[in-house]
Amino acid sequence: MDQIEKLASDAPLLPAARGTASPARARRWHVAVFLAPALLVYTALMIVPLADTLRLSLFRGVEHVPAFVGLDNFRVLLTDPRWSEHFWAALRHNFYFFAFHILLQNPVGIALAALLSLPRLRGQAFYRTAFFLPTMLSFVIVGFTWKLILSPLWGVAPTLLGSIGLRGWFHPWLGQESTALTTLALISVWQYVGIPMMLIYAAMLAIPHELIEAAELDGITGFAQFRRIKLPLIWPTIGICSILTFVGNFNAFDLIYTVSGANAGPNFATDILGTFLFRTFFGNQLQLGDPNMGATIATMMFLIILAGVSAYLFGIQARMRRYAL
Amino acid sequence: MSRAAVPARAWPLSRAAVHLVLILYTALCLGPVLLVVVNSFKSRAAIFGAPLSLPGPATFDLIGYKTVLGQGAFLHYLANSLIVTVGSLAAVLLFGAMAAFALSEYRFPGNRLLGLFLSLGIMVPIRLGTVAILNMMVAAHLVNTHLALILIYTAQGLPIAVFILSEFMQGVSKDLKDAGRIDGLSEYTIFFRLVLPLVRPAVATVAVFTMIPIWNDLWFPLIVAPGEATKTVTLGAQVFIGQFVTNWNAVLAALTLAVLPVLLLYLLFSRQLIRGITAGAVK
Repeated sequence: MDQIEKLASDAPLLPAARGTASPARARRWHVAVFLAPALLVYTALMIVPLADTLRLSLFRGVEHVPAFVGLDNFRVLLTDPRWSEHFWAALRHNFYFFAFHILLQNPVGIALAALLSLPRLRGQAFYRTAFFLPTMLSFVIVGFTWKLILSPLWGVAPTLLGSIGLRGWFHPWLGQESTALTTLALISVWQYVGIPMMLIYAAMLAIPHELIEAAELDGITGFAQFRRIKLPLIWPTIGICSILTFVGNFNAFDLIYTVSGANAGPNFATDILGTFLFRTFFGNQLQLGDPNMGATIATMMFLIILAGVSAYLFGIQARMRRYAL
Repeated sequence: MSRAAVPARAWPLSRAAVHLVLILYTALCLGPVLLVVVNSFKSRAAIFGAPLSLPGPATFDLIGYKTVLGQGAFLHYLANSLIVTVGSLAAVLLFGAMAAFALSEYRFPGNRLLGLFLSLGIMVPIRLGTVAILNMMVAAHLVNTHLALILIYTAQGLPIAVFILSEFMQGVSKDLKDAGRIDGLSEYTIFFRLVLPLVRPAVATVAVFTMIPIWNDLWFPLIVAPGEATKTVTLGAQVFIGQFVTNWNAVLAALTLAVLPVLLLYLLFSRQLIRGITAGAVK
């Protein structure tokens, strides 16, 4: 296997160069020049820091002198109550946050995409542009906008609820421990529905017309057509959306920092791994910054993301049925 | 015959239902943004008295904008964001296209491995390396410089840029490149004069994809460049709004000013963006 690959990679790509050995050799310099800038920046600012973060998680600063402590930082993070309580809570919140996205963002995205890809739908471009708009905005804008709307001071949300006779339902959702995280998850879903919608919409447009026509001739239309013809064809795209959401969620920070602050209030009710990492690394009113524990949390996040991505690639994607179109 | 007629006759009603759903969702998407923009032009009394109505002659007030533009160095933040975004974008597109060309055009030992190495960055967020990145920036005296942000965002944007661009570069006709080679053009000329112009649409798509997260990022400006001189508009808005929590006119005006550039860019490029997503997914 290796041998074959090596042979294949040694063969020059261009038929024109096959006869002469010297141009093939000379061409290597161009390859290096073309690759060097990207590889340099990428390696120096992405790979090296990632590796260094993994390394830092094995050290601890004892009176400003780094001392190697092996996996002790992980033991502290996972079992020492000063750390583990926050860590497990943040992890739990993160899974809750992710579950909300998977159960709400993807289905809504699929539904919108299915409606948008209906043949001869008027105003398609307008709807598409509108639905994708929130995705373009920064968390800062989205966070503050919703904070204002849901603020009991301004009263937009109670007024709107009042107009449909549900004024009594209003609560300061972002300020209550029991509802803050759910509200933030909903805001995040609102912002990011655009991505699954767009990817699935594109996948639906790629379904050949003949297939749909054949289904219509067989009397399969409407929802049955969606469920039995289109859905099986877009499963791989849904899979990609899910894994993108997973990576994004376990790396989330901005929205919660904007709305609830670094302490992820009220009373840490909205703390997720991203805010926990930030607080640990930089410190806050309650504790001093600790780069090594920060690196330990980042490493845990790295492992979680790696586990999720591998589970998807080897567990789900490999078993997914793909239909050649 | 009759079988095909039934769904056709049922259409007008179900079409109306479809439009109703889509319009409701449009309102949900645009409403919050419109609410902020509309209220930013109103007086304080009107913001609280009638938040859902448009500004009239009696309620029109630009006091919020005067506060924001007068006190916060908003235009300065905007310039910082522009420098950082344009700088990183230029680097991502140039370096990314070059690397994509090398990976898709030449076969050399380790080609496949390099491709995998570069695509690692698509799945692993660069944020996880923050602790080490900050150490590195401190050591290089790059904290609170535009260059620090530009370098970080270039590394962040490169993986996906290389991935998308090499997909497209594989589609450029071989005959054209070989004709160039027979005419004695150097590999550099072939890349810059022949290949790059042909993949321009893909480059534009990558540009939009790369630009948005850079413009919107809060994490790295907060950590690597929080100083007044290098504050980006996203961080600036965050800090500024935090200071003016009780001045609703100023908060709404600041939010509107922060939305504006993104909105403009989006409306200008949305067709390009959507075409890019569609084309990418079809592949």
